[in-house]
Amino acid sequence: MFDLGGKTALVTGASGGIGGAIARALHRQGATVTLSGTRADALEQLRGSLGERAHVVAARMDDPADIDRLAKEAEAAMGKLDILVNNAGITRDNLSMRMKDEEWEKVLQVNLTGTFRLIRAAIRGMMRRRHGRVINITSIVGVTGNPGQANYAAAKAGLIGMSKSLAQEFASRAITVNCVAPGFIATPMTDVLTDDQKKAILGRVPAERLGTPEEIAAGVVYLASDEASYVTGQTLHINGGMAMI
Amino acid sequence: MSDIAERVKKIVVEHLGVEAAQVKEDAKFIDDLGADSLDTVELVMAFEEEFSIEIPDDAAEKIQTVGDAINFINANAKS
Ligand SMILES: NC(=O)c1ccc[n+]([C@@H]2O[C@H](COP(=O)([O-])OP(=O)(O)OC[C@H]3O[C@@H](n4cnc5c(N)ncnc54)[C@H](OP(=O)(O)O)[C@@H]3O)[C@@H](O)[C@H]2O)c1
Repeated sequence: MFDLGGKTALVTGASGGIGGAIARALHRQGATVTLSGTRADALEQLRGSLGERAHVVAARMDDPADIDRLAKEAEAAMGKLDILVNNAGITRDNLSMRMKDEEWEKVLQVNLTGTFRLIRAAIRGMMRRRHGRVINITSIVGVTGNPGQANYAAAKAGLIGMSKSLAQEFASRAITVNCVAPGFIATPMTDVLTDDQKKAILGRVPAERLGTPEEIAAGVVYLASDEASYVTGQTLHINGGMAMI
Repeated sequence: MSDIAERVKKIVVEHLGVEAAQVKEDAKFIDDLGADSLDTVELVMAFEEEFSIEIPDDAAEKIQTVGDAINFINANAKS
């Protein structure tokens, strides 16, 4: 089950905590992977630890030309693209009354608009081959909201609505589009939280601990697999019971 | 001219998996050749690639038959 031998995958944000774990898990199941992010050195390091079947294409998700180039170079490097994991994401937290236009716009641009652009650029090949998996990493915050994260919550909720629309557009071509919504996961993104903030969060998690990137990656492997061919337009919540929706 | 018609028909045959004999100039993509709306988008994109042209959305909407496609490309392709 969940064998990805012969499959190819592009993972954005592979230089980050969750993206790195996703790339490693897909690779372990047999997939050839292309790692993307902005820090080429971190990506090269990950490629080195994976060995065979790994490529690096650095790109900025807030630059439309870069996104088109990423889709082309990833396809060229791997010969085709079966699995697209849109995981790159940022936060620019601020209470809404203090939130600057650029904080709002940057988060929407990287997390939502960039993702749409990359899917649009990558889906043609999937349409032609009548096979594809698009997996967007959203967040529990996109469903529950979170004070100080109006921009982030809007972008992540946007991903869910977008994914449902795309799932309907492409279902007849055997392309599935799903989301994975992590709760609070131990990564550089959550390292910046203070101990008090972490304690408050843990008080809301029945599992009484942060999740690991590997626990998110396992959900991505499932959705990427042939076994998940009848699952589309869904959001898989992986959050230790923090919200049951 | 006829070269363009041949190339258009070849693309239609490949994309829609229909017999070449069905691809007459008055054949409608959706009603006669079994295309759905996504197929018509794919066809327009394939024509754009093959002939290095851009087909704007309002023009694409009017391309309903094989002949419509050939006429548009004849009028707009740089030879
Ligand atoms: N950690 C959590 O608790 C949590 C919870 C819910 C959802 N998520 C989501 O999970 C995903 C991964 O998060 P993480 O915790 O692994 O964060 P992370 O360690 O900070 O990684 C973020 C990744 O996104 C990439 N990135 C950021 N801005 C970019 C840009 N402009 N262009 C291209 N790439 C860019 C980064 O690449 P470089 O470093 O190379 O720039 C990095 O690889 C995000 O979408 C996040 O919203 C995380």
